[in-house]
Amino acid sequence: MKEYYLAIVLIPLAASIVAGLAGHKIGRAGAHWVTIIAVGGSFVLSAIVLGNMVWGGMQPENVSVYTWAVTDGLRMEVGFLVDRLTALMMCVVTFVSFMVHIYTIGYMHDDPGYQRFFSYISLFTFSMLMLVMSNNFLQLFFGWEAVGLVSYLLIGFWYKRESAIFANLKAFLVNRVGDFGFILGIAGVVMFTGSLDYATVFSHAPLVAGHTIEVLPGTPWNAMTVICILLFIGAMGKSAQAPLHVWLPDSMEGPTPISALIHAATMVTAGIFMVARMSPLFELSVTALGFVIIIGAVTAFFTGLLGIVQNDIKRVVAYSTLSQLGYMTVALGASAYGAAIFHLMTHAFFKALLFLAAGSVIIAMHHEQDIRKMGGIKKYMPITYWTSLIGSLALIGFPGSSGFFSKDLLIEAVRESHWHAGTTMGDQLTYWIAYLSVLLGVFVTALYSFRMFFLVFHGKERMSEKEKSHLHETPAVVTVPLILLAIPSAVIGWFTVGPVLFGGFFGDAIYVETGKDVLMRLGEGWHGSLGLLTHAVVTPVFWLAAAGVATAWYLYLARPEMPETIRQKVSGLYNLLDRKYYMDDLYIKGFAAGGRSFGKFLWHKGDELIIDGLLVNGTARAVGWVAGYMRHIQTGYLYTYAFAMIIGLTMLLGWLIWVR
Amino acid sequence: MIGLQHYLTVSAMLFVLSIAGIIINRKNLILLLMCIELMLLAVNTNFIAFSRFLGDDTGQVFVFFILTVAAAEAAIGLAILVVLFRNRRSIAVQELNTLKG
Amino acid sequence: MLTNYLLSFLIWFPIAGGATLLLIGDGGDARSSQARLMRLAALAFSMLTFLGSIGLYLGFDNAERAMQFVERVSWVETFNVWYYLGVDGISAPLILLTTFITPLVVIAGWDSITNRAPQYFAAFLILEGLMIGVFCALDGLLFYVFWEAMLIPMFLIIGIWGGERRIYATLKFFLYTFLGSVLMLVAFIWLYLQAESFNLLDFMNLPIELNAQKLIFLAFLIAFAVKVPMWPVHTWLPDAHVEAPTGGSVILAAIMLKMGGYGFVRLSLPIVPDGSAYFSGLMIALSLIAVVYIGFVALMQKDMKKLIAYSSIAHMGFATLGMFLLWWIAADTGAGLGMTGAMVQMISHGLISGALFLCVGVLYDRVHSRQIADYGGVANTMPVFAAFMVLFAMANAGLPGTSGFVGEFMVIIASFKANFWFAFLAATTLVLGAAYTLWMIKRVVYGEIANDRVAELQDVNAREFLVLAILAASVLLVGLWPAPLVDMMNTTIEQLLQQVAQPKV
Repeated sequence: MKEYYLAIVLIPLAASIVAGLAGHKIGRAGAHWVTIIAVGGSFVLSAIVLGNMVWGGMQPENVSVYTWAVTDGLRMEVGFLVDRLTALMMCVVTFVSFMVHIYTIGYMHDDPGYQRFFSYISLFTFSMLMLVMSNNFLQLFFGWEAVGLVSYLLIGFWYKRESAIFANLKAFLVNRVGDFGFILGIAGVVMFTGSLDYATVFSHAPLVAGHTIEVLPGTPWNAMTVICILLFIGAMGKSAQAPLHVWLPDSMEGPTPISALIHAATMVTAGIFMVARMSPLFELSVTALGFVIIIGAVTAFFTGLLGIVQNDIKRVVAYSTLSQLGYMTVALGASAYGAAIFHLMTHAFFKALLFLAAGSVIIAMHHEQDIRKMGGIKKYMPITYWTSLIGSLALIGFPGSSGFFSKDLLIEAVRESHWHAGTTMGDQLTYWIAYLSVLLGVFVTALYSFRMFFLVFHGKERMSEKEKSHLHETPAVVTVPLILLAIPSAVIGWFTVGPVLFGGFFGDAIYVETGKDVLMRLGEGWHGSLGLLTHAVVTPVFWLAAAGVATAWYLYLARPEMPETIRQKVSGLYNLLDRKYYMDDLYIKGFAAGGRSFGKFLWHKGDELIIDGLLVNGTARAVGWVAGYMRHIQTGYLYTYAFAMIIGLTMLLGWLIWVR
Repeated sequence: MIGLQHYLTVSAMLFVLSIAGIIINRKNLILLLMCIELMLLAVNTNFIAFSRFLGDDTGQVFVFFILTVAAAEAAIGLAILVVLFRNRRSIAVQELNTLKG
Repeated sequence: MLTNYLLSFLIWFPIAGGATLLLIGDGGDARSSQARLMRLAALAFSMLTFLGSIGLYLGFDNAERAMQFVERVSWVETFNVWYYLGVDGISAPLILLTTFITPLVVIAGWDSITNRAPQYFAAFLILEGLMIGVFCALDGLLFYVFWEAMLIPMFLIIGIWGGERRIYATLKFFLYTFLGSVLMLVAFIWLYLQAESFNLLDFMNLPIELNAQKLIFLAFLIAFAVKVPMWPVHTWLPDAHVEAPTGGSVILAAIMLKMGGYGFVRLSLPIVPDGSAYFSGLMIALSLIAVVYIGFVALMQKDMKKLIAYSSIAHMGFATLGMFLLWWIAADTGAGLGMTGAMVQMISHGLISGALFLCVGVLYDRVHSRQIADYGGVANTMPVFAAFMVLFAMANAGLPGTSGFVGEFMVIIASFKANFWFAFLAATTLVLGAAYTLWMIKRVVYGEIANDRVAELQDVNAREFLVLAILAASVLLVGLWPAPLVDMMNTTIEQLLQQVAQPKV
């Protein structure tokens, strides 16, 4: 099977190399055909693997491809661990990537960097597959950074735009802050287990939990807590969790297809996947899970609020992505890894759909992204309208949609986690923060989703007459992926929720301590999808979502002048949201500018003044100064030298005769 | 009876005189050359005196060597001097300070 | 057998080639047929040396613990000095790096050097031979001779073919490094008086009392720290790099800096292990300062070459960090990881910094400016070049899959075993390295076309493409499959660690 897995990974890589290096030879059509066929092939192979896992009784496999290096007893390998968790991720990644590849033909139609773009997204598919299929930390880190690299390249794809190259640098650096923690976490893993291999590390994990590490002298901390928090800092960077979330909204400077693929469906979920993959480690540290749940809750609620005040169509979706990632993180923190992965999957479909739909609108509007300049587009773009509606309904968790099943159960799982939360004040506080955040988040989600939906597709047509005359539905290469993504967004929850969450789908891939298994507990009351659906109307989740939609309708369709009035009344709050809680200012004016001034200080004061000025050139100056005085002895006259010689001779003689 | 010390005294006086000549004279380079010759003579006197009183002829052989070298040296020195005069139009010692640091 | 004299061949063949070029070359026009012949000759000499070093690689036995390719002839009998050469897993990769980089430097200087081209190439060939000599020498005096002789060609390269302030820079370079190495000679003489031999292997077996070890370590430290360079004796490097011609910068960064690291591994650690242990805390502190402090300083550089020079200091900080971790690691494994990481880091830094300096050279040949502010939007006019530059920048930032990651990863893991905060400070390079490198990329490569000169830029020609492509391939190869390199070192490093673990007092 090794060759089979290698093929899944290497086909997109080969296509990427062909499109990248020989792009001008094979032409535009050549570039898109070769990459689409490659990623399509990769998807088919991944689907076969998943199919075999689910129906064919295939067992998880752990294969080593080659030895990267061996030194000092540490074996560093490249290899694949393919179990159900991996197979599911492979399918999600390749499917969304496949859709995005097709969609790109339409979206990037006139772009001069067409081949380069296809090369990058195929390279991304390769990197992401390397990440999810890895069987060791080294390769995980390779994939982790490689997707970061491709993200960097793609955000800055239009490298002439100042905003784009600012955003890509920012994204890379913020991710690097996360990776900083991540690599320390990996180092911790190696320190305590002596291995990078998942299987070995997981089997050693319980031993590690007994160790302590003194990060601050005198205060021993549980080694597992330290490792897990460090690893999770990596996830915070990649999955854009507060306070490392600032890069994701800016990353919308990249072309829309990659916003869908990388910054919504796949790469940003790598952190979620990683934590689920590391569940045998995280389960051993209650403190780390508490940290995870708090970060997730803060992200889920507060970034959602920001979505309400955004006017850029892509940024609204970006903030909703942040918020949904927060949801997944909360589920991870509540030990409901399955729920997180399930939400990851449905989210990949409907969020990719929403982004691509937004992209479709952007194409039709000739790259206008401001929702205040749209409105009433419904009649011009019916397919985009209906698919967007499906996506938005899935996002807010409308009963029956895929998002309903995943989100509803996610919230249920968080609520259920109550019984295993500790009884101390801190534990209770953590629990309530998490639960209220995800609950209230539902209202916020519905509000901003439908605010955008109404502003774009309904109401008054606010675009110019000229714009209006050009407005029409986008071509089939754009709409077909929308439809293909709309189908799973709408229905995939129905038949997958039961087996995935309660059917022991993940097997050994995800480990939950028996005492904490909220999903198992939820499963005891599980009566099938239909049961959940009928149950839906009595939960607060449903009513909060409905209230959100109604509020959006009232504010933006029924009384369009209301938002302005509200804004003026609570201008302080509005400014806080508009400036994104001043987080960007903190980072740019605080850390970045501070770092630069610190660098300048060290350079001018440390290097130039003290080391070079005082020590190096100071020595030279001291020598020169002494020489300046000594030179007066050198008169240049022969007789002075002769005299000095005689004096010297006399002194030597005197020394010889009298002193010795 | 004229003893070794008399010779040595003469030669020392000669030597000191020539040193004084080198140090004190600031006018003429030719005088310097002559002083150097005088120093060599003083040394030669020592050589002969020691050779005579110690009964070793090697000293006298050395004197011949020194005389030869001194002659050659004087020739070269004068030649340099001529060239110097041609270039600088002067052989006054106090004007020759290009070695000044 | 040729292999019996392979090391001598590697040392003397390029030197002979350089001497030939000096003898028959004139200072004439670079476009003359004679100049073309000289360039071809220089390339041929360096390529043949490289082929010889492939023989070294093929004949090298990874499992052998003793020195290989040994040559031993009496040189100065009175003082028991020998012409004694040999390589092990520490020096062989560095020799390969040297012979690999030199032809690239010759190709890179192909027609960008118009003034006294034959002498320029001759200087590099002679330098190559001398540097290989340093890596091969197993006799203290021989080592010292090569070590000092190496300065002369470099002094001339910077002083003759350098930029505007070349005299200041070259004197600073020479005095800094020379002052340091004189103390090394003193240490050698002291050791000679004890061991009655200049043989380095004898030095290693010589029992030395602790105070003497400390003093010898300090003497070595000054010599090697200047070469590495370690903070705070690093300030000659940015100046030297800025003023040196492209080829000079490449050799300086790629190989000459490795002399310092090599000196620590070859001399300090095995000869004075207890002295090294005593000062290891200081060494780690200096290394970490290099990583963090220099990282911040690099961030603010306005001159591309200076920026890369500072980043070199930071990266070499990783190498010295890895070397001196072993006394701080309580666990039975991990020290070797740091040492291997340090060695791999040196090789990798040779490739990456060399490549980055070549990239700057490509731009400098066209625009005649090294200032970041004079560029912007280079990707518009030089897309192929931009791709290379971004790749090397990423390698410089330590992206996995490139060689820059391998050493950093191993050293970070090893330093975590030593102390959490060592690893913490070392890992800041992930952020700082990316910040200064990619910020430069943002300002130079990306953006709108900044000015007319950028608008008129021509993309890389076939010659430049060849050099950059070879370097790119090697950076990726080492990053994706470092095993051959690491396997070469493993046995020697294992032996070195055993040697160091035994106190000599």
